[in-house]
Amino acid sequence: MTARLQVVAAGPHVTVQDAGRPGLMRFGVPGSGPMDRLAFAAGNRALGNPAGAAGIEVSPGGLVLDCTTGAVGVAVTGGGFLVTLNGVTRPGWWRGTLRSGDRLAIRPGSWGSWACLCLAGDLEASPWLGSRATHAPSGLGGGRLAAGQGLTVHAPREVAAADLILPLPARPRHAVRVTMGPQERFFDAAARSAFLSGPWRLSPAFDRMGLRLAGPAIPPAATLDMPSEAVSRGSVQVAGDGVATVLMADHQTTGGYPKIATVIDADLDALAQLRPGDRLAFRAVTPDMAVTIARRHAATVARYLDGLGRYGD
Amino acid sequence: MPAAEAVFRPVAEHGLLVDLADRPARAVHDRVLALDRALAAAPFPGFVEAVPGHVNLLVRFDPLLTDHRAAEAAIAGLLARSAGPRPPGRLHEIGICCEGDLAPDMAEVARRTGLSPDGVVALLAGAEHEVAIYGFAPGYAYLTGLPEPLHLPRKPAALRDVPAGSLLVAAGQCIVSTLTMPTGWWILGRSPVPILTGNPARPFRFDVGDRVRFRPMSRAEYEAAP
Repeated sequence: MTARLQVVAAGPHVTVQDAGRPGLMRFGVPGSGPMDRLAFAAGNRALGNPAGAAGIEVSPGGLVLDCTTGAVGVAVTGGGFLVTLNGVTRPGWWRGTLRSGDRLAIRPGSWGSWACLCLAGDLEASPWLGSRATHAPSGLGGGRLAAGQGLTVHAPREVAAADLILPLPARPRHAVRVTMGPQERFFDAAARSAFLSGPWRLSPAFDRMGLRLAGPAIPPAATLDMPSEAVSRGSVQVAGDGVATVLMADHQTTGGYPKIATVIDADLDALAQLRPGDRLAFRAVTPDMAVTIARRHAATVARYLDGLGRYGD
Repeated sequence: MPAAEAVFRPVAEHGLLVDLADRPARAVHDRVLALDRALAAAPFPGFVEAVPGHVNLLVRFDPLLTDHRAAEAAIAGLLARSAGPRPPGRLHEIGICCEGDLAPDMAEVARRTGLSPDGVVALLAGAEHEVAIYGFAPGYAYLTGLPEPLHLPRKPAALRDVPAGSLLVAAGQCIVSTLTMPTGWWILGRSPVPILTGNPARPFRFDVGDRVRFRPMSRAEYEAAP
């Protein structure tokens, strides 16, 4: 059994994603995976999918799909996008079944930058290094969606329609927590203070590799020739001209710019849902606090996902 | 930083950057790779991955299983025991064609270095290069060991759509590219040997620490390569 979908329209940066390909940074390969991992996990759980199932990440460019054959359950999560099924508005966080002849449209709404479309079944997409997540700069992995393209879902399942609860940690957050460093020593006291007091906004330079910020110039104190070293999802790296960038899912794996701080993982999904022009502030926490927050966040997410798994079935 | 000391710098809740020096040097990179090997052989509980840099190693861990203090103690123990000469890395011979449009910057590099194009190729092929780190993009292996006369700064402007397989040289290093991308490095040849092998059992041709020799190939040999 298969269900077939036809892409009617897809904006740029609409890609196949799954849980990503961790552990290959030493070969220049970032983890990739969804920009909003919590929303993606919620969509898969609401459909009864395995946690790492492949789905589609929808950019602000939006996505319109027709179901041409069969029937398949879908879940839409992520930002507050406008979701319509055959022209009828559905909630932004919703699951239901697409049947042959149905048209699903996901377009930018009141908030958020990324929506997730999860599919109850096995989305056919090419794996690369064991994952179907698309590495956007190269296009390797499941790849970008384009108008006219067909999608096949193997072993599709239907699901009962239901609204999904948008969990608190998935809402966009205008203040994110960081640990300082690993190169805060390259910034003088004024630059470190300016980093923590802002004000910052997201600039229009915004993609799966990183978010460039607009705000105070915080140039490194010394002219540097820093040897290249590993960077992380969440690194706040500062170029020689003092412009800060937060590295995201498809980041380069090494860089020669100093990192003034690193955004903790628990706050990165909510950060990804901000939009260009949105305000942003950084709050420093100690590494010990960051570990405590991570453990509390993991417990909250696990409880929430377990609740979703029990929903309506 | 004193020669034998390590500085542990926390990275969010999930990592420690282990700095072994401020400036790159052969002995420093030896220590980075020795620690990398020691972690691979004896990972501490919660260890996720290690990512070598020129002077440091990023050690990532699962904060649900361990924390910075425990990870630091484990790494410090390995550092104390992981000294010693490094085993020689595997040697790869990589064919490179440095002719015509496959080496668009050859004439300018020859002019800037005062060498003939054949002299540039002889230097490239005569050296033993070493995979120092991967970075930038999947499979981009930064090779050190480029002979001094070929150390050039980057070009003033980047060139777009440089084909995968290009031999790129700048800042005392070289790279065989794996993707079609813009680059400001000097393009001195093209290899038919992909670094992303497409073989699931060994997807990356090199490990960090491996050695590479370039073997010049004619245009005819390049065109005939699979």
